[in-house]
Amino acid sequence: MSDRILVASKKGLFTIRRGREQRWAIERADFLGDHISLAAGDPRSGALFAAFQHGHFGAKLHRSTDGGLSWQETAKPEYPEKPKDEVDNDPMRGTPIPWSVERVWDIVAGTPRTPGLLWLGTIPGGLFRSRDGGDSWELVRSLWDLPERKRWVGGGADLPGLHSICVDPRDDDHVFVGVSCGGVWETTDGAKSWTVRTRGMIARYMPPEMQGDEIVQDDHRLAMCAAHPETIWAQHHNGIFRTTDGGRQWEEIFGAQPSTFGFPVVVHPREPDTAWFVPAFKDEKRIPLDGRLVVNRTRDGGRSFEQLRKGLPQVHAYDLTYRHGLDIDESGDCLAFGTTTGSLYVSNDGGEQWQCVSEHLPPIDCVRFA
Amino acid sequence: MARVSFTANLQRHVSCPPSEAPGATVREVLEALFAGNPRARGYVLDDQGGLRHHMLIFVDGVRLADRAALSDPVGERSEIHVMQALSGG
Repeated sequence: MSDRILVASKKGLFTIRRGREQRWAIERADFLGDHISLAAGDPRSGALFAAFQHGHFGAKLHRSTDGGLSWQETAKPEYPEKPKDEVDNDPMRGTPIPWSVERVWDIVAGTPRTPGLLWLGTIPGGLFRSRDGGDSWELVRSLWDLPERKRWVGGGADLPGLHSICVDPRDDDHVFVGVSCGGVWETTDGAKSWTVRTRGMIARYMPPEMQGDEIVQDDHRLAMCAAHPETIWAQHHNGIFRTTDGGRQWEEIFGAQPSTFGFPVVVHPREPDTAWFVPAFKDEKRIPLDGRLVVNRTRDGGRSFEQLRKGLPQVHAYDLTYRHGLDIDESGDCLAFGTTTGSLYVSNDGGEQWQCVSEHLPPIDCVRFA
Repeated sequence: MARVSFTANLQRHVSCPPSEAPGATVREVLEALFAGNPRARGYVLDDQGGLRHHMLIFVDGVRLADRAALSDPVGERSEIHVMQALSGG
């Protein structure tokens, strides 16, 4: 059971700690004034990572090897030189895709069998790999150089973004990545080759004849069940999808109220049928329905959903939870989510009851147990 | 040699005191300077070596024209200011 949560926000990194009587509180604030887009921990080494999103100076990475007491700027992922004759244009606007990291959008550690192996996702869509615990990063060319990659477009940003990296706990060579808007991609050979895995997803924002196009799918976030890696949940722009056969087929899940729209999703680490979502009312409004903040939970694979509200504001609440704003710990009991209003909520009992840690943090991009 | 000064806001992240560096173009001057301060390079230039989207450079009071190749000419006593654009705020 985790005792620490990292909260990456527009104006700093906050560390939340479980204290007496299971109450969570802000323990420290780092990098105040700086936009931290993502925070993550490497459970094998204990290292922590904080990704900066400087408005002027670009994306940077800082690492702590003493549990967050001190941080040092570390190597950042960098694209190689773009060949002068390379034609790589945004398919929507025809403008050149910059070969430069705009934003760090996920950091995930490999399994305990490969200490030092880390994966990192970015906007404009590049996947990077480190084999030395973050001392250096290399663009995964096998994915970046796919012809299909040039059909990816931005979803929620001007450029495509690789937002989710799911490592099969049984096999470091088996990884899924999710891209907005570029679908879900699988490698089974340690990133030597990739296969798109979005059959069954539907892009209703496209013309009818293109809605099943596997490359244009806008999965917002993926969550793989650690104990049953064949099951992956997806919060997609058009709703909720789930695969139980390792991505060969996705099934749309209906029935979640008040909405199947949202950004984040997490799955219980051992129970593949149990997942949580933070819905927002329809894709064009993106606020809680009727000002009532709710977390949706299913415990039967999506056949039914419960709306969890205890401890969450039910009057004039306009919180939106971004795709990295919800997390679950290794026990499956603790969840936490942070929102655009700077509110942070933690539950110790699977979402039945929520504690409000703060309503006054800066807008939150990412919440991660570490 | 041209004299280069950087936005004060950059100093919080990486030390970039005003410095002189040789070169006939903005590119040459900056690369000479960054050779001695490699960490600073990534704060000003993107992965392709172009000026970051929300950064500005003025050479003797004239805004940099070539943001990708930084080929604008620099004189022996030029003043180069590397600044933040308000658009990035």
